[in-house]
Amino acid sequence: MTDIAPAIELKGISKAFGPVQANKDISIRVMPGTIHGIIGENGAGKSTLMSILYGFYKADAGEIWVDGRKADITDSQAAIAAGIGMVFQHFKLVENFSVVENVILGAEDGAFLRPSVSKARKTLKQLAEEYEMHVDPDALIEHLSVGHQQRVEILKALYREANILILDEPTGVLTPAEADHLFRILDNLRKEGKTIILITHKLREIMEITDTVSVMRRGQMTATVKTAETSPEELAELMVGRKVLLRVDKQPPTPGEVILSVKDLHVTDDKGVERVKGISFDIRAGEILGIAGVAGNGQSELMNVLGGIMEASGQITMMGAPLPLSGKGSDGFARRQANIGHVPEDRQREGLIMEFTAWENTVFGYHLDPQWQKGPLMDNKAIRAEAAAKMDRFDVRPPDPDLKAKNFSGGNQQKVVLAREIERNPDLLLVGQPTRGVDIGAIEFIHQEIVRLRDAGKAILLVSVELDEIMSLSDRIAVMFDGKIMGERLPAQTNERELGLLMAGISGEPGKEDWKAVEESLAAVEQEEASQNG
Amino acid sequence: MDRMPAWADVVLVPLISVLLAAAISAIAIVLIGENPWEAFKIMVEGALMRSSGWGYTLYYATNFIFTGLAVSVAFHARLFNIGGEGQAVLGSLGVTLACLFIPWPHWTLAIIGSSVAAAAFGALWILIPAYLQAKRGSHIVITTIMFNFIAAALINYLLVNHLRPMGSMEPASAVFPAATHLPSFHDMFSFLGPKMFRGSPANVSFFLAVIASIGVWLLIWHTKLGYAIRSLGFSESGAKYAGISPVKIMIIALLISGGLSGLMGVNATQGEAERLILNSAEGAGFIGIAVALMGRNHPLGVFLASILFGFLYQGGAELAMWTSIPRELIVVIQALVILFTGALDNLVRWPLESLFVALRKKES
Repeated sequence: MTDIAPAIELKGISKAFGPVQANKDISIRVMPGTIHGIIGENGAGKSTLMSILYGFYKADAGEIWVDGRKADITDSQAAIAAGIGMVFQHFKLVENFSVVENVILGAEDGAFLRPSVSKARKTLKQLAEEYEMHVDPDALIEHLSVGHQQRVEILKALYREANILILDEPTGVLTPAEADHLFRILDNLRKEGKTIILITHKLREIMEITDTVSVMRRGQMTATVKTAETSPEELAELMVGRKVLLRVDKQPPTPGEVILSVKDLHVTDDKGVERVKGISFDIRAGEILGIAGVAGNGQSELMNVLGGIMEASGQITMMGAPLPLSGKGSDGFARRQANIGHVPEDRQREGLIMEFTAWENTVFGYHLDPQWQKGPLMDNKAIRAEAAAKMDRFDVRPPDPDLKAKNFSGGNQQKVVLAREIERNPDLLLVGQPTRGVDIGAIEFIHQEIVRLRDAGKAILLVSVELDEIMSLSDRIAVMFDGKIMGERLPAQTNERELGLLMAGISGEPGKEDWKAVEESLAAVEQEEASQNG
Repeated sequence: MDRMPAWADVVLVPLISVLLAAAISAIAIVLIGENPWEAFKIMVEGALMRSSGWGYTLYYATNFIFTGLAVSVAFHARLFNIGGEGQAVLGSLGVTLACLFIPWPHWTLAIIGSSVAAAAFGALWILIPAYLQAKRGSHIVITTIMFNFIAAALINYLLVNHLRPMGSMEPASAVFPAATHLPSFHDMFSFLGPKMFRGSPANVSFFLAVIASIGVWLLIWHTKLGYAIRSLGFSESGAKYAGISPVKIMIIALLISGGLSGLMGVNATQGEAERLILNSAEGAGFIGIAVALMGRNHPLGVFLASILFGFLYQGGAELAMWTSIPRELIVVIQALVILFTGALDNLVRWPLESLFVALRKKES
C-alpha cells in the first residue's frame, strides 16, 4: 500500500527452548514513526521475541529486516548499530554512577572520559529540551525516582542514536502520573519520527497510545490490528482465546458488624524508619476495603502487621477481641488461629515455598493444624488428597499436586495461595497485589473468588498498586501516602484523577489539574525515600 | 519441568562423578610408577572381598553416617554446620562419662545411656554457635569451626588433668567397664563362621546409625518440625509469613545436628576404642560434609556415600600396607571424589541434562 519500508520487519521467526516453542513462525511489520503495541499474557512469548530482535537469543528460523535491509543481529552491539534501543523492565543502570556516566557507559570514545562526558552533557541537554525529558545529569541513579531512572534508560538509547525503541512493560513500576508523563515522551518521540515498540499486558495503555497492536498467544501472533479499529474487549478475547469479563461483576455490598478495627497503628521497620504513622480504620463483614497508594507508602507494613509478620504499636481488635501486636501471640500462627487469612503481596517469597510441591504448599502456615497430623507424623496422604481437591475447585493447571510451585505459571501459583486461604473460610482476608504478574484469564477468576468471599459475609482488606483493580473491586477506598491515610472515598464517587492526587499526598482540592505539581511532590517523596533507604 | 528424571539425578550423576575421580586417580597412580589396576584390586579385596574388610568399611561408614546426617539436617535449614568434629569429640566425652561413672548392668542399657549422653553433649556443643547465629547473626561456619578447636583443647585438658588414670603416661581415659562393651560384628555374626568379621571394629552402633538415618528421613519429610525446617531453609520470609519462628527452628535444627554428630562417639569411643583418646573423631566430622554433599542431604544418599567413603578409608589403608603407594595418595583420591561429586557437580550435570533434553525432543 505504501512504498515506505517498514522500520522493522520480522519474517517467520521461530524459537524453541527445549520442548517449549516460545515463538512460532512470527511475522510482523512495524512502520516507521508509529507506536506499535505488542500485547499478550505472561508467557505468550513477547519477551522472547524482543530478545531475539535485540540479539540476546538467536532465532531457530526466520529473518529480521531493518529499514528494508536484511539485518544479521547476533548480539546487542549489532542491534545498537542497526539503530535499535531497548528499555528493560528491570533497569540496567549502575546505581552509584551519575546520570551522565550511565549514559556514556559502553559508548565512550577514546581513552579519556572528559571529552565523552562533555559531549554527553551537551547531547543530554538537547534531548531533554526536544522530548521533555529533564534529568539532572550529575544526580546519582540511586537518588532518582523510578520514573526518572526509566527516563535515563530512554536517554541512553537515544544517545546511541536509536531510531527504534523497544520498551518492555514500562509502566509496571510507575505511578499513574509518571505513566502519563512517559506516554507524553513517547508521543514526542513519535512526532520526531522514532519508531516505538511497546510491550505490555495492560489493555488501557494499548488503547491510549499505540497506532497498531499485535496480539500474541502461546508463542504465536494471533492478530495485528489498527488500534482505532478495535476495542479492549476484542483484544482481551484475542489474548485469552475466549470471552473475558473485564469489569468485576458484583452486587452492591451489604456491610454487617465490624470485623476488624485498627486504632492509631504505628509501625517502625528494622532500620528504625517509621513506615505507618498512626492509622485507624474499620472493616465490616461483607465489604472490601481497598488500600490504594504508590508502593512503599506503608501498605506492605500494614499487611505484615495484620498478618503477624511485623510487630507494631497501637490497637487492633478482631471481632471484639484485642490482637497482640508484639511478642507472644503476634505471629502468623496466632493470626491464623484468630481466623485471619493472608494472601501476601509477594507469593514467591512469602505465600509459597517455590521448592515445595503444590501439595506441601496446600498446608503452608496451617501445617500445625491437628487435622493434618497422624500421631507424631504429618498425614501427607490426606494433605495430598486435599491439595488435589483444591486444585480441582480452583482450576489450577496443570492439576498435578506433585509439581513444584516454581513450575506453575504466576496465575496458577496465585490460585494455589488463594485456594489455601479462601477455603479456610476466614472471617478476615488480607489480600496483597492479588493479580500482580497474573494473566487476564486468571485475573477474572481471582476477582470473582474475592467477591464471592465478600458475598459470604467476610471482611476483606485489599492492597494493590493497580488503581484499576482497587476501583473495580473495592466497596470503599482508603488512600495511603507516607504512612498515613490521606482520605477515604467511595468508588462510585471518585475517579482516578482524585485518587492519583491523594496518592501523591495532596488531600485538598487542587485549583486545577496541575499535574506538574503532583509529579514534583511525588518525585520529592520518592527521592527522600531513596535516600532513607540508601 | 525437571530436566532430568529423578533416577539420573540421584544415581547417574554421582556414579559418573566417582568414575571420573577414579580415572584421574588412576593417572596419578601411573605417574608415580604403580599399576592402577593392581591398586584398585587391592582396595576392593581389602575392603570388600573379606568380611573383616567389610568390618572396617562399615565401622568407618557408621562414623560418616552420623556426621553426614548432622550436616544434612542443618543444611535443610540452610545452615552449614562444619563443627561436626568438635561435636563428635564432645559426644565421645559424654559417652565416656556415662560409661565410666554409671554402673551399667548390661550393654543394652549402657548403649541407651551413652547415646543420650552423646547426643546431649554434641547438642550442648552447638548451643552457643546456634544461639549466636539465630539471635545475633554470627555466621555458623565461623563459630562452629572455632568450637572445633575449643573442643580439642578441652578434651586435651580433661584427659591430661582429670580423666587419665593414676600412673598412666598416656593422654587417654581408663578403659570402660566390661558391661559397657558393645558387641562387635564378630560377636554377633560368629554363628555364620568363626572367622566372620574377626578383628574388625564394626559393632552394633552400625544399627544405631541405620535407625538414625530412618529417623532423619521421617523427621525431615514426615513431621511438622521437618516441614518447618525445610520451609525456613528455602525461604526465611516465607517461614515468617507462615508463623514459623526462624530463631526457634534454627536453634532446634542445629541442636539436632549437633546431637547426631555427638552420637558418633557411641561407635568410635564405646564401640571401638572402649576408652576416650585424643582426636577420637579422626576427621570424620569433616568427611561428614563431603558425605552430605554427595548424598544430596538425603539419608539414603548419606548412607550410600558413607559406605563409599568407608571403602575409600579401608581400601586406602590396605594400599598403604601392600604397595609403595604412599598413604597421602589416598587423601588425593578422596579429595578427587569430593571435588567431582561436590564442587564439580555441574561438570557432569549439564552435559547429562542436555542429553536428556535432546533425547526427549527426539521422542516427541
